[in-house]
Amino acid sequence: MKKLLTALLFTPLMALANGPELHLDKAPISTEPAALQNGAKLFVNYCLNCHGASYMRYNRLQQIGLSEQMIKDNLMFTADKIGEPMRIAMQRDEAKAWFGAAPPDLTVISRSRASEFGSGADWLYTYLRSFYRDDKRPTGWNNKVFENVGMPHVLYELQGEPTAKINEHDDGHGGKSKEIEIEAPAKPGKMTAEEYDHAVADLVSYLVWMGEPMAETRKSIGTAVIAFLGLLFVLSYLLKKNYWRDVH
Amino acid sequence: MSVDQKMDGGRRQLLLATSAAGGVAAVAVAVPFVGSLTPSERAKAAGAPVEVDISKLQPGQMMTVEWRGKPVWIINRTKEMLDSLKKTDELVSDPNSDKPQQPAYAKNETRSIKPEIMVAVGICTHLGCSPSDKFKTGAESGVSADWPGGFLCPCHGSTFDLAGRVFKNKPAPDNLEVPPHKYLADTKILIGEDGKA
Amino acid sequence: MTTKAQAVLDWVDARFPLTSSIKGHLTEYYAPKNFNFWYFFGSLALLVLVIQIVTGIFLVMHYKPDAALNASGIPAAFASVEYIMRDVPGGWIIRYLHSTGASAFFVVVYLHMFRGLLYGSYRKPRELIWVFGTLIFLALMAEAFMGYLLPWGQMSFWGAQVIVNLFSAIPVIGPDLSIVIRGDFVVSDATLNRFFSFHVIAVPLILIGLVVAHIVALHEVGSNNPDGVEIKKKKGADGHPLDGIPFHPYYTVKDIVGVVGFLIVFSFIVFFAPEGGGYFLEYNNFIPADPLKTPPHIAPVWYFTPFYSLLRAMVWPLFGLDAKFWGVVAMGAGVVILAFLPWLDRSPVKSIRYRGPIYKSLLTLFVIAFGILGFLGTKPPSYAFFGVIPGAPVAQLFSLYYFLFFITMPWWSKMDKCKPEPERVTG
Repeated sequence: MKKLLTALLFTPLMALANGPELHLDKAPISTEPAALQNGAKLFVNYCLNCHGASYMRYNRLQQIGLSEQMIKDNLMFTADKIGEPMRIAMQRDEAKAWFGAAPPDLTVISRSRASEFGSGADWLYTYLRSFYRDDKRPTGWNNKVFENVGMPHVLYELQGEPTAKINEHDDGHGGKSKEIEIEAPAKPGKMTAEEYDHAVADLVSYLVWMGEPMAETRKSIGTAVIAFLGLLFVLSYLLKKNYWRDVH
Repeated sequence: MSVDQKMDGGRRQLLLATSAAGGVAAVAVAVPFVGSLTPSERAKAAGAPVEVDISKLQPGQMMTVEWRGKPVWIINRTKEMLDSLKKTDELVSDPNSDKPQQPAYAKNETRSIKPEIMVAVGICTHLGCSPSDKFKTGAESGVSADWPGGFLCPCHGSTFDLAGRVFKNKPAPDNLEVPPHKYLADTKILIGEDGKA
Repeated sequence: MTTKAQAVLDWVDARFPLTSSIKGHLTEYYAPKNFNFWYFFGSLALLVLVIQIVTGIFLVMHYKPDAALNASGIPAAFASVEYIMRDVPGGWIIRYLHSTGASAFFVVVYLHMFRGLLYGSYRKPRELIWVFGTLIFLALMAEAFMGYLLPWGQMSFWGAQVIVNLFSAIPVIGPDLSIVIRGDFVVSDATLNRFFSFHVIAVPLILIGLVVAHIVALHEVGSNNPDGVEIKKKKGADGHPLDGIPFHPYYTVKDIVGVVGFLIVFSFIVFFAPEGGGYFLEYNNFIPADPLKTPPHIAPVWYFTPFYSLLRAMVWPLFGLDAKFWGVVAMGAGVVILAFLPWLDRSPVKSIRYRGPIYKSLLTLFVIAFGILGFLGTKPPSYAFFGVIPGAPVAQLFSLYYFLFFITMPWWSKMDKCKPEPERVTG
């Protein structure tokens, strides 16, 4: 009997990664209001022009410590009522013509980007730090994590304009493998490398928060629920013991 | 083997404690389920306060705006219309607006902040139909020969005067509701918020 | 009981078998006193069914089965799920309970079925209970499959696309059949609406009916137990089985412990890991369905993957028919063969406690095979263990074993060196 269970338990250990490897940096995300507020500001200023967040209502930003007035004054460019979701004015068919694909809605992007290589946050954090100049692309930009991405590097004024060295070599099976090495921006941006990483981390923190704004509530309710069930378990176990005294 | 006969003190206590804890758990489980029946964020956003410009509302005219999916009437009453309220005082069932169908600031003779401007939810307090306006007086109104002007609900014949007060012996129990509202400017009303709540 | 209450009860009993039903199914249903851990999963399956029905009723109040794009270019069905998650008060709890409940249902049912294999619960006179059980399992698979389309994410869409296309492998009628199932040439709004109808009305009705039949049949013949001996053979002076105890209160208080224990694990997933590491809620399903773009790797949800592996294991055309057809046959047979178990097992004893080494080792291998098939089903066909041992032949080998386990059972179950069954249960 035990053998069966052990066998079952150990199967997942064999889940070693297969297929193309994706190296993602661990995203130093935070749930602190200051980081989330900074992320929200970056999101509204740099993302919300092309990407909507159509299930995210502005008034929910109060949850990260912003007042209604602050939201209205500093963050609401696309709606006029605080209860409205973060929609965009851009037409989807026009967007498709410009970028090849309509920019995806970002409300739950952090949840969809998780994979065996890392969390959705890790992917986004690496992705936003992996743009490089590529003249062959219509936008002039390419990305190491998301090759031939339709999106240009919208944060370049912060990061600067990184370039990349592309090393192609034979993989020994007649094919060629490509190695992309991103180099420090030739033209510096408004931020230093550390500042930029920090800003991206804040932005990603915000995206993660927006993907499931009730995540923290969920965990705190969960703690209470499980504690209570623990008590109920003890009680019901004692009750069972008491009844089963009669069974011989 | 009857349980009742064998129940000792310890078992009874355990049974009570477990049932009580189980009951608490059941109530806690009911919270999200009952909660899910209440208005969602979308419904609340749609029910946000509405700004109305009444600068073009002529005396004797009425306009309807939508607030929380309900019709809200704004009536610019003339002097004659206001005078008619004195006559209806003894004909209506709640002349002093004692029932809480209005915010405190509208508990007065005209049931309004400014005497001439009446704001009311146009939903009959009987079963929720929307009454129609019968501003013409007397037989001309088609209501009755001594009609003082007001509203008639087409569903069950309840009648209201020009302050939304229900006439006696009609199916509707209460006066029309006055929603929370305030003046943002002389001719600008915000319906749904009175700054006090 | 006061005389008034008794009078009311008498009035009801004269018109409806209330007291006799309570007696027959609870207070005077005598169950063996030696139930162990494995006997929790039947009542837990019933609990999960209730959780799914109640949460389902509340989800339907807010969900919209509509594939049309809304103003923001998101399919209405997908958006309505996020609406439930964000805008409906308490909606996220209800949705996570339902999505976790789906996986929990299969965990519990698989363990419940395994209990049957351990103690021979399908043997005479419980063949019909087992057959109803396999029908419940089949209905559950249909229910889960159609429910999975409803969030209208990428995995919903492409999973349904692949599975419905399986039916097109059936000779002659197949291609038309899959069009009839979809109501369109691709998975579309028509498919979404009919799956919604089946998921919330048709299949639950069938499920509840089968569950009632399963329990009625069980209470007719009485429960098996870990010793596999019939307690009804040894009755006391009062006519009750010597090794039996009334279900209520003994097993009600015991099952409450099991229920609370289960709820602790269940709540842990709902509140701390609702995505279940991408197995309960797949990451790609947070992307709205896009009929023009297949995700790079589609895998069914974990509870289907053992059978999905059986499907993929068939790569050879036979008798002039495509490999695809034989894959579908293998998958279908993998489920259906379970129903024949009562007639395949010829062992003189029921419980694994008295079975010989053949059954013990073959059953262990069967569990390993099922686990590995399930694991490989989540991976692309090109998967290799540790990057070296190719997964596809391993899956084929274990698929072969899966069927051989059942097909050769009449012979090896008879050959096995069994120990004698005891007269009474051993506790």
